[in-house]
Amino acid sequence: MKKKESTLVNMVVVLFIITLVAGLTLGYVNDVTLEPKARARLAKKVSALKTVLPTFDNDPVPEMVRVKSELAKDSIEIYPAFREGAFAGAAVTGASERGYSGLVKLMVGFQPDGTINNIEVLEQKETPGLGTKMKGEKFLQQFRGKDPSAFNLKVEKDGGQVDALAGATISTRAFGEAAQQAYDAFVAYTDTITKPDK
Amino acid sequence: MAETLDQKQNFLKGIIKENPVFVMLLGMCPTLGVTSSAFNGLGMGVATLFVLLMSNIVVSLIKSQVPSKVRIPAFIVIIASFVTVVEMVLEAYIPFLYEQLGIFIPLIVVNCLILGRAEAFASKNNLTSSVVDALGMGMGFVIALTALGAIREILGNGSIFEFRFVPEDANTLILFILPPGAFIALAYLAIVFNRLTRKMA
Repeated sequence: MKKKESTLVNMVVVLFIITLVAGLTLGYVNDVTLEPKARARLAKKVSALKTVLPTFDNDPVPEMVRVKSELAKDSIEIYPAFREGAFAGAAVTGASERGYSGLVKLMVGFQPDGTINNIEVLEQKETPGLGTKMKGEKFLQQFRGKDPSAFNLKVEKDGGQVDALAGATISTRAFGEAAQQAYDAFVAYTDTITKPDK
Repeated sequence: MAETLDQKQNFLKGIIKENPVFVMLLGMCPTLGVTSSAFNGLGMGVATLFVLLMSNIVVSLIKSQVPSKVRIPAFIVIIASFVTVVEMVLEAYIPFLYEQLGIFIPLIVVNCLILGRAEAFASKNNLTSSVVDALGMGMGFVIALTALGAIREILGNGSIFEFRFVPEDANTLILFILPPGAFIALAYLAIVFNRLTRKMA
């Protein structure tokens, strides 16, 4: 088999065909995976909600409220939970850009009185083995049952009460900042719905 | 040589004699970047194996149709397409792995192992040889990354494939999870590997 000559026409035609086929293939795969991708993201959100919230019987996803905040780049998402019609708490996202390698995004579950029920890390790019330990049970348990109005979410070094991860103070600081943001949003949110007619 | 190539030799050379990581030192970016755990190494290895296999197949099929002056852009487009397919499929069906590998999935495009095999092998050999070559090289890459990931995870985190054999707060050699540890572990693995294979040959 002889190689095609490198004439201008040949080169243009071959590259055109290759890019055309590649483009069509990618478009097709994108269409096919669009739905599973959305489903995977939703499944992740729902499982995060289940971990952080106290028991609830409504579906918080469609009832989600977006709140704008000057501090956050994305709007904060608030997922209210109800049990037998009564407000049972809310899951609030909080983010900080000041992680060791950028964004740290959390979902914080609050009980109606503002006590932290549980926290789940949604996104982080911290150092494996150091900052990633923020997902670990040992680190997260110090937040459970704490009320951020009395429990300072800053690192101990900065005068707060959070026991920082060894070797990952910056990651811990970002974590605290994100949690604080979620708490502020939660307080603002509960102020608007304290009236029982909601 | 293409027709008389011994396929068993062809397959084994990718794993031993021309192991892409330990002998040829190709694809260092993902090798050093993602091998902080055995599972990540395995995932990246398999993703690369798939892209390498597909690109070798396509390149070997169209090799006579591509004018040699534009062969590199043509190969890169083919490789990039498969990488994007892998990225979308991973995000849809294995979101956990997708998050772990992160930026290193799109970077498979610039893994010189894949372009290297397309240019040096698939564009000169027939389909069967190219498939065997891709499987051998890909397996060599998978084995190397998994081994490196396992060693770093054992030393740096006290676990293997997420199975922990020391308490969570034990002092492990965190260095091995960090980037310098990747270089150190890779160097020693390469020494051991070359020592062993030289004896065999």
